[in-house]
Amino acid sequence: MFTIFKRELKSYFTQPTAYAVICIFLFMSLFLTFTLGNFIKTGDANLEWSFFFWHPWIFMLLAPALGMRLWSDEQRSGTIELLGTFPTTTWSAILGKYLAATVVWFIALLLTYPMVMAVNTLGNPDNLTILSGYIGSFLICCTFLAITCLISAFTRDQVSCLIISCSICVLLVVIGFDHVVRVLAQTFSEATTDAIVSTAVLDHYQPLLRGAVRIQDLVYFASIIIACLLSTSAILNAKRA
Amino acid sequence: MIEVSNLSKHFGSKTVVNQLSFTVKKGEVLGFLGPNGAGKSTTMRMVTGFISPSSGDASICGVSVVDHPKKAKAHIGYLPESAPLYDDMTVRDFLHFCAAMRGLKGRSGKAAVDSAIETCFLESVAPQSISTLSKGYRHRTCLAQALLHDPDVLILDEPTDGLDPNQKHEVRRLIKRLGESKAILFSTHILEEVDAACTRALIIDQGNIVADGTPAELRQQSGTNSLQDLFRNLTTKETE
Repeated sequence: MFTIFKRELKSYFTQPTAYAVICIFLFMSLFLTFTLGNFIKTGDANLEWSFFFWHPWIFMLLAPALGMRLWSDEQRSGTIELLGTFPTTTWSAILGKYLAATVVWFIALLLTYPMVMAVNTLGNPDNLTILSGYIGSFLICCTFLAITCLISAFTRDQVSCLIISCSICVLLVVIGFDHVVRVLAQTFSEATTDAIVSTAVLDHYQPLLRGAVRIQDLVYFASIIIACLLSTSAILNAKRA
Repeated sequence: MIEVSNLSKHFGSKTVVNQLSFTVKKGEVLGFLGPNGAGKSTTMRMVTGFISPSSGDASICGVSVVDHPKKAKAHIGYLPESAPLYDDMTVRDFLHFCAAMRGLKGRSGKAAVDSAIETCFLESVAPQSISTLSKGYRHRTCLAQALLHDPDVLILDEPTDGLDPNQKHEVRRLIKRLGESKAILFSTHILEEVDAACTRALIIDQGNIVADGTPAELRQQSGTNSLQDLFRNLTTKETE
């Protein structure tokens, strides 16, 4: 697994993919913080609304862009046949590839450290809340990558993988958005609306932004990630059956 | 070394490989002949453990591919049909990666990579990116990958496809040389290769074995002393 992980990670950085995604992420996250997030005016030292709030909106487009080649490329170029005949298991290949993609995002998030330094110089933030925000942000990213990983197992076409994964991620984000929730409440009963909204990532992300690390949110993210990775393994094995 | 027994593969209602049985012993080079779509690649993929058979089994050095895939795969070197490679790597990095996947790391990995590069004449392109290689070099890089761990069994899917006559000659000579100490199964639809490299040949058509024997025996069987006539008589033509 470690060999595959190392190869994948290296391949992200020998090709422009990782650099492009990291640069666009840094630019977008800072741009939104200072424009729509009104960072300067609100004086949001915990970075809750001005900075972290925007991350799901950026990830829903960029995470699939990074993850779309996970298995699509492998199937298109036929290298899956090499992987499949090495003395290793499908599961370790999936984990190796998935972890490499999450590490790229981990690096991207690390590179936003000037924001943390800035709020610590300018104000008096609660650094644990910021850490919890980072955990939330990273979990969302991992969730979106796991979804992309599953979709990429279905198709050898990277573009369809990108479009389908993006749509699913966008859906998971917007159903937790206030306006959408209001529309849902008008159409469905309260219990149904609650059930639908509880599947939204925002619903589980916002407590983390406020510094509340709740078990149910962690379980939510972990279960989507594990379910997607297990299904990836099932799909890849079924394709070879 | 390779023992295939009653191997079958169905895709839906279509039978691609039908109850195939054959063995390849150490020191034998078995040529696997047949028209396109006869089930050659599917059989090879099942023997290498890439796809699972609908029924039947293949055992490699006594290890069943169905029951112990990981252990069986360790004995096999495989060259897939289209010679797939990771285009973003250099030839040397790619071979190091494949060696590491086979458990060859550090000094033993380096030795394996160096010897495979030498065997497949890749010295001149070793530091080059795979995306810049010509077809012949791509094929040889993939072949080098199959030789890294000095496997007992080699399975080569059209190893000479797309090579120029000089390269074809080199690869055939290499197969013949390697065949002295290994069991080799290789597919081709170039009949002259049977004489040049094989100790035995199988002709399959629509998933069934239609001829099996040494090149001399097959030629005798044809009645006209020509493998080509035998091949044309025994296999289904697309125009029929």
